[in-house]
Amino acid sequence: MAKSKTTRKKGKVTKMTSATVVVQGTEDDEEELHQALTEDVISASEDEGGSDDERKHCRLLEAISSLGGKTRKKLTERSEASIQVSEFTVNAEGEGDKINLSDLIGTLDKAPTALTATKKQLKNLEHNHTALDTPLTRKETEQIQRVVAFEKTSKEVSRWQSVVVQNQKAEQLVFPLNQEPSGPKRMEHVVSGWKAQTPLEQEIFNLLHVNQQPLHNPVLTQNEEATMKAMSLEEAKIRRAELQKVRALQSYYEAKARREKKIKSKTYHRVQKKVMRKEYLKRFDEMVKTDPAAALEELKKMELSRMKERMSLKHQNSGKWARSKAIMAKYDDGARKAMQQQLEVNKDLTMKLVIPTNEEDEDEVAEALPDFVNDAEPILDPINPWMRGKLSTEPAAQEESNCLVPPAAGPGDVKAGDGPDLLREEEEQVEETEEEAILRGFEERRKLRRAKDAVEVAPVVMEESEEMPTGKKAEMVTIESSDDDDEVVEISEFTSLYRGLVKDHVEPPVEPPRAGADPCVSQGEGPALLEEGLVRVRTLEDMELLGQDVSACEPAPQTTQTLSTEQTEPQSATKQADGKRKRKKMIDPNEVLTKEAKVIKVPFAPTAVEDVEDTDEQRFIIKEAFAGDDVISDFLKDKKKQESAGMPKVVDLTLPGWGEWGGGGLQPSRSKRKRFRIKVAPPPPRKDQKLLNVILSEKRNSSVAAHQVSQVMFPFTNPAQFERTIRAPVGHTWNTGNAVQKITAPKIVTQLGAIIEPISREELVKGENQAVTGKSNLRSDQGPQQKRRSQQKKKHKHKKN
Amino acid sequence: MKVKVLSRNPDDYVRETKLDIQRVPRNYDPSLHPFEVTREYTRALNATKLERVFAKPFLASLDGHRDGVNCMAKHPKSLSTILSGSCDGELKLWNLTKRECVRTLQAHEGFVRGVVVRFCGSSFFTIGDDKNIKQWKMETPGYGEEEEPINTILGKSVFTSIDHHHKDAVFVTSGQQVDIWDEQRTSPIRSFSWGVDSINCVRFNPVEVVNPLSGLSYPRFETQIFFKVIMTMRSNTLCWNPMEAYHFTCCNEDYNLYTYDMRYLDKPYTVHMDHVSAVLDVDYSPTGQEFVSASFDKSIRIFPKDGGHSREVYHTKRMQHVICIKWSSDNKYILSGSDEMNIRLWKANAAEKLGMLAPREKAAVNYNQKLKEKFQHHPQIRRIARHRHLPKAVYSQVKEIRIMKEARSRKERNVRKHAKPGSMPVVTEKEKHVVTVVK
Repeated sequence: MAKSKTTRKKGKVTKMTSATVVVQGTEDDEEELHQALTEDVISASEDEGGSDDERKHCRLLEAISSLGGKTRKKLTERSEASIQVSEFTVNAEGEGDKINLSDLIGTLDKAPTALTATKKQLKNLEHNHTALDTPLTRKETEQIQRVVAFEKTSKEVSRWQSVVVQNQKAEQLVFPLNQEPSGPKRMEHVVSGWKAQTPLEQEIFNLLHVNQQPLHNPVLTQNEEATMKAMSLEEAKIRRAELQKVRALQSYYEAKARREKKIKSKTYHRVQKKVMRKEYLKRFDEMVKTDPAAALEELKKMELSRMKERMSLKHQNSGKWARSKAIMAKYDDGARKAMQQQLEVNKDLTMKLVIPTNEEDEDEVAEALPDFVNDAEPILDPINPWMRGKLSTEPAAQEESNCLVPPAAGPGDVKAGDGPDLLREEEEQVEETEEEAILRGFEERRKLRRAKDAVEVAPVVMEESEEMPTGKKAEMVTIESSDDDDEVVEISEFTSLYRGLVKDHVEPPVEPPRAGADPCVSQGEGPALLEEGLVRVRTLEDMELLGQDVSACEPAPQTTQTLSTEQTEPQSATKQADGKRKRKKMIDPNEVLTKEAKVIKVPFAPTAVEDVEDTDEQRFIIKEAFAGDDVISDFLKDKKKQESAGMPKVVDLTLPGWGEWGGGGLQPSRSKRKRFRIKVAPPPPRKDQKLLNVILSEKRNSSVAAHQVSQVMFPFTNPAQFERTIRAPVGHTWNTGNAVQKITAPKIVTQLGAIIEPISREELVKGENQAVTGKSNLRSDQGPQQKRRSQQKKKHKHKKN
Repeated sequence: MKVKVLSRNPDDYVRETKLDIQRVPRNYDPSLHPFEVTREYTRALNATKLERVFAKPFLASLDGHRDGVNCMAKHPKSLSTILSGSCDGELKLWNLTKRECVRTLQAHEGFVRGVVVRFCGSSFFTIGDDKNIKQWKMETPGYGEEEEPINTILGKSVFTSIDHHHKDAVFVTSGQQVDIWDEQRTSPIRSFSWGVDSINCVRFNPVEVVNPLSGLSYPRFETQIFFKVIMTMRSNTLCWNPMEAYHFTCCNEDYNLYTYDMRYLDKPYTVHMDHVSAVLDVDYSPTGQEFVSASFDKSIRIFPKDGGHSREVYHTKRMQHVICIKWSSDNKYILSGSDEMNIRLWKANAAEKLGMLAPREKAAVNYNQKLKEKFQHHPQIRRIARHRHLPKAVYSQVKEIRIMKEARSRKERNVRKHAKPGSMPVVTEKEKHVVTVVK
């Protein structure tokens, strides 16, 4: 195989040489021959595989034959020397022949200095038959270059597409495009390029640095920016809506409380008190079992009230009511009973209580408990079992409530209350609880969100968390401070009431996971939460509340005894709540809210409502003024005329004298007249048939037609579309000033005397950015960077050149 | 007995300062303001009529040239300055506010073929029939100084047009070939040619102003360099849209203007027709929304950039063939140079009130504009708004051209009717005028 290959190659080489001879035949024949021979010799010497005489002979014959007349003709052929005579001693004949790599290697062989490695490489290359094509003609290359350049430029120019389309669609274009806003600039922008130089300035700047004040570009301080980041618009909106709802609900409660306070019915108050007391006693009994410490507290409070009672001697028979009853007691059984009851109460109250608890045990328990357990259950009202949660009002209000409530709620003149009354009240309470639950839910959600925020923006938490509660407090204060003291008491009462209730409520299943998540977060956040805790006492409480709910659902192994006691309490409460719920169906919050939002109906247009006498008078005056013309009858006549005009007339086509005698005084015959009178079908009923005061004319008015559009013009596809655009008035007679300004804003605005430069590349960058982000408003700090970048690009290009 | 008392809150009607306009309480109840469409229609009609009444576009004529005005140039930094070159080689600088010639210089022997002001406004270049490119200072020479160019470059052939780069010290000329020159050198940095045709007009794209020396950016200058669009007749000048990088408009000898998208040169984007003679020059408004064209038919027309027909035609009795035209860079004025040695100043918006407008005036103008726009399709308003006076010659020629066009289309229709179906495809107006595109 190898051998055959080499021979083939050799053959090629020899051919080449012979060919060269042919081309060079312009010179002396003898020389040629000699050259050919020498070439042959060389080739022969090159051949390592051995010489074959036949081939040599052939070559010789060829060389001789080439001396013939054919070559003579080629003498006239002119060609460039460089093609034929190469400095590398490589010859290619004309355009059709190719230079082979082997030729080149051949010359290498001659050179003694040639490296064997390169030789090998080249030989390897020889096997590759992917030779380069001959270069194209200049015309063709230019064309290709042009096409490539065109494609490139058109691609580049296409980047403007988005900008162009945007400008075409724009409502308004203001030229010059990159106009700087006129008017005074903000201080921060002016100062941005400025540097502190004098020592005083530097000192001031140092101070500013320390306080994290904005020094150079930023318009906002760091804190402000952080807060901006932390709060989004939607959140703020939601928060505001919730606050509004809460405020509304609160106001309803206030109103209700006020109303209840104003109720003069003694029975009502008595019944209420009785109910309260019953509840309280029930609770107390439970508490004794579950939470002795709290019960003890309660007891202490009871003791205190008892002492007060003893001092005031209110339940003895000295009061106004008691005296009146005493008079009545002779005749009325009920009165007598009431008297007895009161005396009993008095006895109860004045009796000294023996406290059976051993103090040591309690102390131990207290030690075992964490502090917050006690904090969480501050019983503000010794008698009212509802007063459990803390109030949203200031402590002062709470104190007031503490002072004021006990005497009112003290056990006392309770008659055998009437049943229906009680029931009704209970129902009311249920209602209240529902509403409270809603309120509560809002608050919790808000708090949760706030907590989340705190987690997300850890460094900023301090300021924000401080801000928010204070703000809220302030709101509450403003609400309450406007009312009287009594009202304050009531509000606080109500809030505490609802807190207690909500505590008892089992939250919907959505709540627990949240509640579970939040404590974890609070644990994860170390120092920040500690501070937070200080600020948000109420929040923590809420968290606890939620936690209780969770623990109620799933038994936690490491909960202490107290915790378990706490659990049982809400459970029982929930049972109660459930019972109540059965009695009354759940109230939809939406319903509640919508019910309260009363739509006040205001007359659409300010109509002059006059007294009957006035109108009569006026009518009389009008009548007097237009005594002469009867407009109404005129109108009716007119209408009748129109109607009759619209009715089709009978067409009489009889021609006298046809088919019979004609002449003066002769009438065409009756049958003929009948035959040629054509009755036209009646037209469709008039549109104003049933409208007494209207004449609807369906005739086309040619004078109006000249002003009307007869066909649908280009941008519109149907008449309705066109009519819609025409129908909306644009003038200030029908629209407000701002609306008119907006509607009539011109499409192109130019500034007087300003040179409008062609659109710049910055616009392109802007447009692309907008396309990417989909936002029209770029941040102020992004602009300069981009500009800088583009400048850098330009610089780069310059360097290239 | 009831006693009725008027009670009004002074806040509702008392002005805060005496400079405030009087408060007028309004009730926008639609029932109180009936017939809104008809009332607005009347207003629109009146506005349209008034617009026509106030449409007096001609502002001034600048005379002083002693031969036809052949070329003009805007100053890039000053609105009030304009340069014009005439057919006798004279160049004049004008102050538009004073409407007078500030400076005159004999720039060339023979025609001044082109003027262009450097982007900084400190100097300007002129080319003439004497094959010279000359650079001149913008300032008038002081007393005793001679009027001499800063630089003079002797070219090998006659130049037909010149344009300067908008940011770099590079300018380009056309003639037998397109040459790109560095201001510092006396020989072109690069020159391009294609075939033997001479090139009429060369313009830098004002938007895509990349340094032309880099790589393959040369096609940016003129379409004919990388794509030759052969049209039925000669294109005279071209102008790029300053707000849309790939759109340009060229004016043609066949009475039409063609707006091309440079990416798709095989057919024009829009054909603008209305002129009745060769269109000699075109210039875009700086907002890129409209362009103005000067024609051999002694009229100027303003076209919306994508409208097939003109929205305005300006002419005067004395104005002859308009050779060059410019739209001022504040989008307010149009300048036309014509054969009869005058430069004319026109308002770009014929009925516009010049000068500062009071806010209420502005509001009224805007409102009227909106009304006209709203009711533009109504026949009466349309008729009034579109009515223009034309010189008799132009009018008759318009008629004639219309008849010719109709006849031609009728003939084509008939031929198509009797030809083998499909053998005569319908050729759109856009496709009609492009013969071939040579790559």
